Amino acid sequence: MADIRSRDIAHNGLWKNNPALVQLLGLCPLLAVTGSVVNALGLGLATILVLAGSNTVVSMIRNHVSEAVKIPAFVMIIATFTTCTELLMQAFTYELYTILGIFIPLIVTNCMILGRAEAFASKNPVALSLFDGLMMGCGFGAVLLLIGAIREILGSGTLFANMHLLFGPIAEGWTLNLFGEGYGFLIAVLPPGAFLVAGMLIALKNIIDDRIEKRRAARRAPVATGSKRVRTTGAIS
Amino acid sequence: MAGMGKSIRFNSLVLGLFALITASLLAGTYLGTKDRIAEAQREVAKRALLEIVPLHRHTNDLLLDTVPIPANFWHTLGLEDEGGAVHIARQGDEPVAAIVPAVAPDGYNGDIHLIVGINIDGTLAGVRVVSHHETPGLGDKVDLKKSDWILGFDGKSLDNPKPPQWKVKKDGGAFDQFTGATITPRAVVKQVYKTLKYYHEDRERLLKAARQKPTVTHEASEDTDNG
Repeated sequence: MADIRSRDIAHNGLWKNNPALVQLLGLCPLLAVTGSVVNALGLGLATILVLAGSNTVVSMIRNHVSEAVKIPAFVMIIATFTTCTELLMQAFTYELYTILGIFIPLIVTNCMILGRAEAFASKNPVALSLFDGLMMGCGFGAVLLLIGAIREILGSGTLFANMHLLFGPIAEGWTLNLFGEGYGFLIAVLPPGAFLVAGMLIALKNIIDDRIEKRRAARRAPVATGSKRVRTTGAIS
Repeated sequence: MAGMGKSIRFNSLVLGLFALITASLLAGTYLGTKDRIAEAQREVAKRALLEIVPLHRHTNDLLLDTVPIPANFWHTLGLEDEGGAVHIARQGDEPVAAIVPAVAPDGYNGDIHLIVGINIDGTLAGVRVVSHHETPGLGDKVDLKKSDWILGFDGKSLDNPKPPQWKVKKDGGAFDQFTGATITPRAVVKQVYKTLKYYHEDRERLLKAARQKPTVTHEASEDTDNG
């Protein structure tokens, strides 16, 4: 039972109800900081930390806080986790913190986090809430990372540049230069590029979902060969 | 009525307790990370200063050896209300260079924060962009991470090139602009020139103040060049 439940949660967070691709929550940081892998990873990790933490604590106190003061209490919890994360990032990855700038404190306004606290953690036991926070966070982080990687490759022709900001000196040599020096494709680095890439990912997810759905339907009821299909678009010649 | 009063009292108590717990958690994290954050900030500031005046050119602690900038110069340097201080580099007790913070207010996307290193003879030791919001791929070439344009200032001074030449080439000056971005380099060139002028005007006072101050040396381990 518990296994099935946690599999649903994982499926929900990572794919079916992916906060970035399906719920379209937290678009502002999603589009603003995904110019490179290191930025995306930094914000992704910070978001996972806040989401998992707030979900856990919200679930712990869910039976002790009345309906009337629930939301202010949740906001306080989320704000605390965000500020702690901000301080930790300043302490350990100072330069990355200065690059991500305002988007770290703005995690507090990411509707995904209050949304999960209210919709899931306030009704479910602690372990499941923690897991839900992790999975939703990973789903969000994975999309961030993917957009970051695509935009970095298209825009600057590199991959994993500046990873030492997050991993320290061992990562100095991780930069892959894919198209040689001097390559640059401006629009991928600018905000419109983020919209385009995000849009394509959403389309891609829908196509995959469609395929899966079709395959499932085909398995359920095999279509007889030669059956007629109704054509709804295009001119019939 | 009594029930409602009770529930209000209870809720406020719960929220108050919450505020207390979260506040103490934050205070704990703050205290735990405070020193590391200060250290990280110092490291970043120091690295920028050392790029302009490398270790072999000075023997003091650049970060701590400062002379405040008088308020009447704040406007020239673009520092407006917050002011700033000049870092002094010395060889022994003798000042060899000054590193002046400056802000070019007219970048394409707002302020460009610079540090300008000026040798004692008035030539530029180096200029670095500390922070900016210029367009990636166009204006951000003022950043040494993106291109070495900024190194073109090294060795220049108030009369090299001559004052009318302290402009980008498009405006008839001596400095390159970037394809697709003139505003950013124009702003930087203008502010570097203003900073040189500031140094020219404030030089006597700066050096006097620097000579009166005791030299702050950094850890001896870093210096092995006292032949």
